Amino acid sequence: MRITQGTFSFLPDLTDEEIALQLRYAIGNGWAISVESAGDPRPGNNLWEMWGLPMFGMRDPAGALHEINECRTAYPDRYIKVSAYDSRHGRQTTALSFLVNRPQ
Amino acid sequence: MAQRWSAGVLQYAEMGYWQPDYEPKPTDVLAAFRVTPQQGVPPEEAGAAVAGESSTATWTVVWTDRLTAYDHYQGKCYRIDPVPGNPEQYIAYIAYDLDLFEEGSIANMSSSIIGNVFGFKALKALRLEDMRIPPHYTKTFQGPAHGIVMEREYLNKYGRPLLGATVKPKLGLSARNYGRVVYEALRGGLDFTKDDENINSQPFMRWRDRFVHCMEAVTKAQEETGEVKGHYLNVTAATMEDMYERADFAKEIGSIIVMIDLTVGYTAIQSMAKWARRNGLLLHLHRAGHSTYTRQKNHGVNFRVIAKWMRLAGVDHIHAGTVVGKLEGDPSSVRGYYESLRCDKADADPRLGLYFEQDWVSTPGVMPVASGGIHAGQMHQLLDLLGEDVILQFGGGTIGHPLGIAAGAAANRVALEAMVKARNEGREIAIEGPDILRAAARHSRELDMALSTWGDVTFNYESTDTPDLVVTPS
Repeated sequence: MRITQGTFSFLPDLTDEEIALQLRYAIGNGWAISVESAGDPRPGNNLWEMWGLPMFGMRDPAGALHEINECRTAYPDRYIKVSAYDSRHGRQTTALSFLVNRPQ
Repeated sequence: MAQRWSAGVLQYAEMGYWQPDYEPKPTDVLAAFRVTPQQGVPPEEAGAAVAGESSTATWTVVWTDRLTAYDHYQGKCYRIDPVPGNPEQYIAYIAYDLDLFEEGSIANMSSSIIGNVFGFKALKALRLEDMRIPPHYTKTFQGPAHGIVMEREYLNKYGRPLLGATVKPKLGLSARNYGRVVYEALRGGLDFTKDDENINSQPFMRWRDRFVHCMEAVTKAQEETGEVKGHYLNVTAATMEDMYERADFAKEIGSIIVMIDLTVGYTAIQSMAKWARRNGLLLHLHRAGHSTYTRQKNHGVNFRVIAKWMRLAGVDHIHAGTVVGKLEGDPSSVRGYYESLRCDKADADPRLGLYFEQDWVSTPGVMPVASGGIHAGQMHQLLDLLGEDVILQFGGGTIGHPLGIAAGAAANRVALEAMVKARNEGREIAIEGPDILRAAARHSRELDMALSTWGDVTFNYESTDTPDLVVTPS
């Protein structure tokens, strides 16, 4: 069964280059990147484990990608998602979120 | 002054309803009317008559006005502009004091503004084009039960339009067959499926049976995809008691959303909005019947006014046009509707048909729904024109797929995700859209089939309702 959560689950898994392009878009919009992982991706589970804090000051897509890869190395058997958070008044919610790792 | 109070008939303009020097107060409710006076009626008098008949006036002088602070309660026509290119029509701007309206009541506001005046003989035709609701009044309404942000958090779906489909054929399916369509569409990749406006509780399928079968489909599709899914269960019924019964049952069996039709009336809509907030279900509104009064440019109520009223009334979803689909919708006007539903603050913009600025003072946004004759081959146009906070509903464009309903759903989802990805990567989707779709179809047989079935279908008819100020394409 393929979990189809996230913005791009109906496309072939994104390469690191493609992930970097999405990160560039998010950072360009002023959004903060964060990485979370979970063994149980049921829709009712909103509390995935945070991989550190959201990267509020991170302006470099390569730096964010590095964190994603660190998380992948630590948890190859978990679902991992990357999210971009929009803190503007009137939004204050996630603006983009997609899976970057599925259990092998 | 003596003449103002002599028994008999006086021009409305002379009774204080035409006040060209009046400066609207920040607390005033403002309205813009498109007025077509009868021959011989001066535009100022026509504007004053509208102000009078939508506030305190009657056809003759009444001495009982003098028992009131009448100038406070009078609607005031403060400006009248000729309509460019149409010598018969004028736009009359009218200000109403806040005291004229009951707090938090769409029924009261609409009875005031459009209650009597539309049949007035001195006018050939009359159309309410737009309204400015001041923050002081806006804050007396509940507003959307949840709104766009909360809906996305409920669904755990971000960064892309949502996808839906209306079950077809809309009449005649048994509950079991109906549930099959819902299941196939949701497991295939849609976020939502939908009852149509006229599917309520008929002899071929009673409401309770439909609800049970739909929720079986929703639950199974959720388990198989790991996604939150929903089916808009239409609770429209003859009485409030029936609607509450159906909505309570929808909640009991785990639905995240219920639906009502515009035909239930403003008061019932506000009641259901309160129910939806209290019970934590999203509220979808189908604008059934609106074209009877929103479509003709010279008479009726512009849809942008209905959109604003429904945001105040408190729905989470409302159908608001597709631009490219089979139903009426001039691009600029539709952009104006979307802005009125989604923005916290919108500027006046005659190109979009917005006559006034509007500050929503943090009232949550309503998710617009684009439905009617759209298909995967238009995905670049839809995303470019309508943006991200929108539900794209492909009924025929899902269920009519040659490989089946799930394949139709998958085709739409692949097209959507490919287009969002490309846009985020910095590509010009409005221009490169067809190439992006073809590339995505290389890894999706479903999309490939959808493009070869519908790729060339367009609905190019002239709109009957357009802003007066037309944007020249550059």
